[in-house]
Amino acid sequence: MPRKREDGTTERKLMSEHYYKPDHLKNFGGISEGAPELGKKFFEYYSAVFAAGALTEREKALIALAVAHTVQCPYCIDAYTTESLQKGADLEQMTEAVHVACAIRGGASLVHGMQMKEHAEKVGM
Amino acid sequence: MTDSPSVIRLPASTLSSRRAPLANPLEQLARLEASTAGRASFQETLRGAGWPDFTPARLEIFQINLGKLCNMTCRHCHVDAGPDRSDAMMTRETVDACLRALDQTPSHTVDITGGAPELHPEFRYLVEAARARGKHVIDRCNLSVLLLPRNAGLAEWLAERGVEIVASLPHYRQRSTDAQRGDGAFEKSVTALRLLNSVGYGQGNPGRVLSLMTNPAGAFLAPNQSDVEGEWKTALKRDLGVTFDRLLALNNMPISRFLEWLIESGNLDSYMARLVDGFNPGAVAGVMCRNTISVSWDGRLFDCDFNQMLDLDAETSDAGMTIETFDFESWQKRNIVTRAHCFGCTAGAGSSCGGSTA
Repeated sequence: MPRKREDGTTERKLMSEHYYKPDHLKNFGGISEGAPELGKKFFEYYSAVFAAGALTEREKALIALAVAHTVQCPYCIDAYTTESLQKGADLEQMTEAVHVACAIRGGASLVHGMQMKEHAEKVGM
Repeated sequence: MTDSPSVIRLPASTLSSRRAPLANPLEQLARLEASTAGRASFQETLRGAGWPDFTPARLEIFQINLGKLCNMTCRHCHVDAGPDRSDAMMTRETVDACLRALDQTPSHTVDITGGAPELHPEFRYLVEAARARGKHVIDRCNLSVLLLPRNAGLAEWLAERGVEIVASLPHYRQRSTDAQRGDGAFEKSVTALRLLNSVGYGQGNPGRVLSLMTNPAGAFLAPNQSDVEGEWKTALKRDLGVTFDRLLALNNMPISRFLEWLIESGNLDSYMARLVDGFNPGAVAGVMCRNTISVSWDGRLFDCDFNQMLDLDAETSDAGMTIETFDFESWQKRNIVTRAHCFGCTAGAGSSCGGSTA
């Protein structure tokens, strides 16, 4: 909220001092304020996704941990590190999950090299 | 670079031997109160969940803590047990008083704990006396104690008497186990588990029950035991050829040496927030203090082993009642003593000496 200074002018805080704040994760639900119905739908969907189904809660937590590294989301990394531990995973298992993300990410770059190679062969002598 | 909290290594010694301030239960309670200041107390939270009075259910478990002597010095120990704790050992007279009190109660189980109860000179006497009364007997075992030369043949002796072994094992893999219980603990645990398997434990025989108790190696909640038991069984059998009967999952209580670690690693406030925010009303009815009596090495009475370590004596109508003067009717007419640490038993899937409670 804009704050009135003693001299009557208005002070506005335009930017955060940091781009990432740990409190943002804790207060994530506040994102619903601007669009309550969409927020409600999102969080219901989110809960349903992580409930045990054909995959266990732990398998889903490890997938989320790997994806968190792919999208490089610090909130998700903290959240799903704790969640994976609480679902009984250990450091070695979680590190392997991160390597899966790393391998797919690296592989995705490398496999595009085939396009490079084909193009180079086409235009080269 | 600074070390991350998870690699903080505290001295592998007892608070008592270091004369650390936290060896005093009042100091522990003060730290817990400070870290939960401004939040609803456990008692208020219970009231909000429909428990205006927190009273006992039927007494089922008679838990005897023989003392604080232990061959290990685990980093998370809520008893502050260790090899130097021979100062706190139950006498034969107090063991006999326990048996007389036991005879007044409808308890079906005698749950023997410590320290390492197998190091106590009256351990076998107590097991024999409880079995002679037809009670189910639980030995809370750290596993490595079974490998000491003085305990040669103990595993077989326990098997012959149908004693259930509840053995501590933080994880079915080495890293987390050694982080909590000390380097080499995992290997010794596996050797002891193989020994127990060789005398018939952990193979579905109701007279040779081997339960494993897991608690987290860090500032997070225990998994739901039913979700992970199958995986533990598969992994221990596949990787190590070890079998067991059931898995129990227990949250770490924020007291004693685990409290020290929480403070030193900067995890205390976030861990307490996790416990308080994780309050599960469905876990309340099954918490151990409702169906257990906990007797300390010096014959005092408590609602649970955790209250015992915090010197929170049971508030019986007969004030000052000890195991010598035990009266079952007075015992049942009491309100259970609670403080902030109690959130540890009601967080997530719930946590008790019998594992998850929800």
